[in-house]
Amino acid sequence: MSGWEQSAITIATFLPLAGALVIAMVPREKERVVRGLGIVFTGAAFLVSIVIALGFDYGVGSKLQFELDVRWIAAINARYHVGVDGISLPLYVLTFALSFLCAIYTWRFVPSPGKTKAFLALMLLLETGMAGTFIAFDLILFFIFWEMVLVPMYFLIAIWGSANREYAAIKFFLYTVFGSVFMLLGFLGMYFRSDVAGHHSFDLLRLTNFAAAGGFSHGFQLVVFGAVGLGLAIKVPMWPFHTWLPDAHTEAPTVGSVLLAGVLLKMGTYGFIRIALPVLPYGAQKFAPWIGLLAAIAIVYAALACLAQKDLKRLIAFSSVGHMGFVMLGIATLTSIGINAAIFGMVAHGLITGMLFFLVGSVYDRYHTRQIAEIGGGMMQKLPYLGGVLAFVSIASLGLPGLAGFWGEVMALLSSFNPSHAAGLNTGLFRGFMVAGGIGTIITAGYFLWMLQRVNMGTLPERWKEAAFPDIVAVEWVSWVPLLVGIVALGIFPRLIFGVTDGAVNGLLRLFGAA
Amino acid sequence: MVGASEIASAVGPGFLPWTWVIAVLPLASAALILFFGKRTPGKGPVYGIAAVGTGWVLSLVVLWHFVQGGGPLERSVAWFQVGPLHMELGELVDGLTAVMLVVVTSISLAVQVYSLGYMKGDARYTWFYVALSLFTAAMLNVVTANNLFQLLVGWEVMGLCSYLLIGHWWEEKVNSNAAIKAFITTRIGDVPFLFGIFALTFATGFTTSNIRVIAERISSGEVSTMLVAAAALLLFGGTMGKSAQFPLHVWLPDAMQGPTPVSALIHAATMVTAGVYLVGRLFDVFVHANAHVLQYVGVIGGITMLGAALLAFVQDDIKRVLAYSTISQLAYMVAGMSMGPAGRTAGFFHLFTHAFFKALLFLGAGSVIHSAHSNNMSEMGGLRKNMPVTFWTFAIGAAALAGVFPLAGFWSKDELLTVAQENGHPVLFVVLLGTALLTAFYMTRAVWMTFFGEYRGQGHPHESPVSMTGPLVALAAASAGVGFLGAPQLGAVFGKWVFYQEAEKAVFVPWVALASTAAALFGILAGYSLYKRYREPDPLRAYAGAVYGVLENKYYMDDFYMRWIIRPIQYPVAVAVNWSNQRILDGAVNGVAVVTRASAWVVNLFDQRVVDGAVNEAAEITGETGGVLRALQTGNVQWYAALLFIGVVVAAVLITRA
Repeated sequence: MSGWEQSAITIATFLPLAGALVIAMVPREKERVVRGLGIVFTGAAFLVSIVIALGFDYGVGSKLQFELDVRWIAAINARYHVGVDGISLPLYVLTFALSFLCAIYTWRFVPSPGKTKAFLALMLLLETGMAGTFIAFDLILFFIFWEMVLVPMYFLIAIWGSANREYAAIKFFLYTVFGSVFMLLGFLGMYFRSDVAGHHSFDLLRLTNFAAAGGFSHGFQLVVFGAVGLGLAIKVPMWPFHTWLPDAHTEAPTVGSVLLAGVLLKMGTYGFIRIALPVLPYGAQKFAPWIGLLAAIAIVYAALACLAQKDLKRLIAFSSVGHMGFVMLGIATLTSIGINAAIFGMVAHGLITGMLFFLVGSVYDRYHTRQIAEIGGGMMQKLPYLGGVLAFVSIASLGLPGLAGFWGEVMALLSSFNPSHAAGLNTGLFRGFMVAGGIGTIITAGYFLWMLQRVNMGTLPERWKEAAFPDIVAVEWVSWVPLLVGIVALGIFPRLIFGVTDGAVNGLLRLFGAA
Repeated sequence: MVGASEIASAVGPGFLPWTWVIAVLPLASAALILFFGKRTPGKGPVYGIAAVGTGWVLSLVVLWHFVQGGGPLERSVAWFQVGPLHMELGELVDGLTAVMLVVVTSISLAVQVYSLGYMKGDARYTWFYVALSLFTAAMLNVVTANNLFQLLVGWEVMGLCSYLLIGHWWEEKVNSNAAIKAFITTRIGDVPFLFGIFALTFATGFTTSNIRVIAERISSGEVSTMLVAAAALLLFGGTMGKSAQFPLHVWLPDAMQGPTPVSALIHAATMVTAGVYLVGRLFDVFVHANAHVLQYVGVIGGITMLGAALLAFVQDDIKRVLAYSTISQLAYMVAGMSMGPAGRTAGFFHLFTHAFFKALLFLGAGSVIHSAHSNNMSEMGGLRKNMPVTFWTFAIGAAALAGVFPLAGFWSKDELLTVAQENGHPVLFVVLLGTALLTAFYMTRAVWMTFFGEYRGQGHPHESPVSMTGPLVALAAASAGVGFLGAPQLGAVFGKWVFYQEAEKAVFVPWVALASTAAALFGILAGYSLYKRYREPDPLRAYAGAVYGVLENKYYMDDFYMRWIIRPIQYPVAVAVNWSNQRILDGAVNGVAVVTRASAWVVNLFDQRVVDGAVNEAAEITGETGGVLRALQTGNVQWYAALLFIGVVVAAVLITRA
């Protein structure tokens, strides 16, 4: 194994952190240099992630690749164990792609009150935290990356957010920390109950093998799954732990919302697949019907709540709750199709909802309001390109076949038709969830089309007739076109994701089935 | 799954393996028009017309293969794989596909040429052609797809194009409302349809959604009847939505808000027949389901055909007359499907003939509207003098629809009636015959109100340009001629093309033909006698009494849906959910915060009075200690969090060690 293979993901992951340090040293006045450096570092990290993706051996997606496993904190046997497999690779690349596009967007759009230097440095710090979460195979390392994300996001919301930012930031922070406590407790429980060659271990692979050999008792698994699951569920967020999300999203600056929706939420769902399922298979089996139930509620509940939203950004934020419901429903089936669907849904949601938050940000940039009633319709007359892209992405989000949003949701529903029998899941129950999900897709179509009618269609109100709104500008096109292309490409060639994940998911389920 | 050897052996007969190109051409033209249309001379239609024109020729080539008695072909490539499920992109080309290809490309070509004139000067002329092209590609994909998920992609993209085109003039709220109504109503049918696809995929053990494999599985009896019946019922949900069958038909009349060429192409001749096509394509599922499933299909068809035909009586908007007529005629096809294999052939034949004369009628109506600047027949009249080409072609279309010998509609209706008679469906026979009479009546009414008597409008009607009358003439010729393809006296070649090996032998029953002709003539005479001297108010109003009000209100179904389903969800339910979110769920979260802060205040008090009191005393000895401890209660969340973790770690160690 070459040095490159061992170090590549470490380089990609910490490049943004290095960037943050470099930016910190640039004088505040050199605004353009700061913004340029943001693009350079996120771009370089993205480039490395692409090289990693190109070097990935897709024939053995279930094998951990670009792996590095060295001693780290000997006293507690924590290791610097990183690597990517077919489950983490799509999310890993998505993290770098979205961060890069956000940096490009920031070239022109720095939210009030400015302070570009701090803004970009925090964004880069955030990027390292997010990326690290997807490569960590040691629970302590995972937890550190997980927590590392909180602080920059807290400041991004609290400083650059809109009117109610402090409330939203603190709520986001405390709620997540509250969950983290339980998650950490769970991790510690795993550690102290594990016995790998006479030592306790935080190592995911070793814990997985230990669990597969029946190392964790059923009662223990139930308790620990409850604890870890709560921490993850808050992050996803699953109904009814979602109430931090509409506030955080609505108040966050545009790129904050993009990264929050695009990547942060996936840390929770990823955690279920990466940690909770393989290490606690019995717990997963017993909790799966409840997860499925909460997911089904989330889909319908969020869709109905969306109908009642008056704020465009809050509407998009709530829609995330429903979309993550589909992801969790897929996971809850404990089937290959369902978990593949979940990962697809995560990536698709990252592209689509990330894009929607960009659009809402740009609408606000023009109108200086996010209230649907104040925008008042007719945007297609004033801003045909912006309106057209909004319509396109909304239609992708409501799950039109042929676009990215479709495959994750339809496969999650398909898997609910026939959930894992090996795990003893009740088929009738899951078909009920499937029906709820189906109803959710109808309401989802309803609120998106209604939103488009009220924002895009009709005639432009008098008050905006004279306004000098620019339509989509160059920087926006540059940061959006990759997402738009991705939305179409994933819709037409679902293999781009399923081809990566399928092997890894099947590998995971083999472990799972053995338990 | 198609094995590699099958694919290899399938490649052979001429163009047939490349049929998929016909579907890809309009997709490419949609992209070309979208990105380069405005910079192209003529603003884009040239790509669309070239693509669909080429597709039309190629479709005829494909059809020729089957006319000569050639066999079907299936080809596919791997698309993607998830767990056990192997998805493919493929084409299944048989006689049915070939006929559908010809129908779709013919009508699409006619409509795209016609729109050159009709849509001239429209603000979104180029975009209009993008949507038309995309629609055509999607529909062609539906009729060529060899598996259900690929079919579903085309199915839903058609729905999107329908939404976009109904709402083409989105400045008016009535148009965007109609667009949303169409999308949501059809989606209500599409969700069961999706679950039906799931059930069929499940029948293959989640390995494939290949149509032929599913059909074989089901025919071999390996799949439980319950599952098959459930699948059939669920699939039929998609048909009810897309093909506007009761009680999901309500979107189609409103869809007339779209430009008339769209009504002709999408909402009359092609997309709305996709639901019928689906039943025919998956016929094995329906045939092998519980017998009650097909009965149910027949009942829905029967209710829809009569109910919609009656609604056509009271419409003033010429397009709405045609819209209800379309619903009614689609129900003919659905009813045909319900009568078994022979009915399927008859139903498809009706789909085929109907496409031509209904597209003709819509385009004729468009020509009239274009000229009279009104959709309302009460503001028309006497137009036969000003618009002779439109009049004659429209009259041919109306007669074909009414089932006048020897036009196209006569043959297909006669075949349906014969099948009903021969296969023991007496109730359907009566309903079919009764609807034929009603059809003849309302079409006569429409023709007389539009073209005869005195002109009642304000404008100066004139004949439409050649780009519009040309397609009218072509479609009129087709409406007159295509019926002979199914004439039993001429060997009923249509059935042999479509179902080449399993074609049912078409028979001719003289008394059935006489009865249907009598029904048509009676309807025409009744219509003529009532409307020969049309004056406001509509003479029917006096005859029908209270029934007229029920019909005018569309049996109050729209009101019912609006009042008891849409509005409650949109307002009270959604608002209640949002309230529960803010007050109950979030209320609990905020409540925890309040309690925590209250406890913190208590702790702080303790800290200040007791701990800090002690500290202050100590401070006299070591002056700076107090300052250090004060840092503990800075109100800094991170600091609190860190303390929390330390506590947790200690607790965990204690607990797990214990």
